[in-house]
Amino acid sequence: MSQKTIVGASALAGAVAMAISGATFLGSTQGAAAATEKCYGVAMAGKNDCAAGPGTTCAGTSKVDYQGNAWKSVDAGTCATMSVEGGRMGSLEPLDRDLPA
Amino acid sequence: MPRSDAVTAGEQHDFGAALLDPDLPLPEGIVGPHGKKAEKRFAVYRNNVTVSLINALADIFPAVQRLVGEDFFRDMARLYIAKEPPGSAVIFEYGGGFAAFLQNFEPLSRYPYLADVARLEKAWLAAFHAADAAPLQPETLAVIPPNGLAEIRFTAHPAARILQSPFAAVSIFTASREQRPLDGIKPATHEDGLITRPFDAVEVRQLPPGAAKFLGALIAGDPLGEAAGHTMADHPGFDLPAAISAMLEAGVFSACSASQPNPEHTP
Repeated sequence: MSQKTIVGASALAGAVAMAISGATFLGSTQGAAAATEKCYGVAMAGKNDCAAGPGTTCAGTSKVDYQGNAWKSVDAGTCATMSVEGGRMGSLEPLDRDLPA
Repeated sequence: MPRSDAVTAGEQHDFGAALLDPDLPLPEGIVGPHGKKAEKRFAVYRNNVTVSLINALADIFPAVQRLVGEDFFRDMARLYIAKEPPGSAVIFEYGGGFAAFLQNFEPLSRYPYLADVARLEKAWLAAFHAADAAPLQPETLAVIPPNGLAEIRFTAHPAARILQSPFAAVSIFTASREQRPLDGIKPATHEDGLITRPFDAVEVRQLPPGAAKFLGALIAGDPLGEAAGHTMADHPGFDLPAAISAMLEAGVFSACSASQPNPEHTP
């Protein structure tokens, strides 16, 4: 029961009143969204297409050699542009694991 | 050799396994029009399955793909697909384990924030597909007598989700989805994210300190007074009016009830 007294009823009422009066929610960005139409199912459309063109067999059949030093670095992405913490996160050095014996 | 139309569970299993592992033999009974074994035809089908799933993951996790680069993403996705094929015929449900996969994927060990970016992307899609519900109107709160406010409980909106991250996952997610540079983002900064869909558009916000605990308690069914009290005890600087204002604007809840105190969470 003691927890209920931490925030007094008047403080709570004040907070709610302040929250409601300060809010002009429905006039803001999302008010307009209520009028837009929703098109169900389109987000994942196209997944049944012949994705790599007819007659190709590359993606499913290629065999990946999972070696630490052979694995592609992520330097084509944007991770490497991030500020570096302690000189570690932006590093793109090859790993020294799973090397061929 | 004549076959019945019935496919046994064992045949289905072999067919599915061979789809995702090119080292496995052609499944029994896969033949062309003249009865010859159809290795190449099956390889085309196998390829299309894998490419489709890679494309699905790229659509579900566009921010992650942009962060690691398309080539890296597609190669990595193929490994994930082999390890964790879809468990549902509904493709937007795929990728539930992708964040955990990223977390344990050694080539990405220097980018520990990627898993939480993936969790945000999955939450975004779940919110997108969640049931429609009108968000709670501020007027509903306004008519509750002041001395009853402490006891009100809220019903979470079906789309509402919270993600607490030890990394700057919300900033990284947002910048990546908006194709902005990541300069200046410090990845090791704790961030809490709120995902909602008050109407048709999914919204992702960063929460101020304490708000994740406060909203999490309300979503779990705790009464308002208790949730506020616990949060203010943990976070002395917690801004209660701002949190209430934000939760109304974001559409975290669909209803509230001034029901009598009840230890059980009412649905």
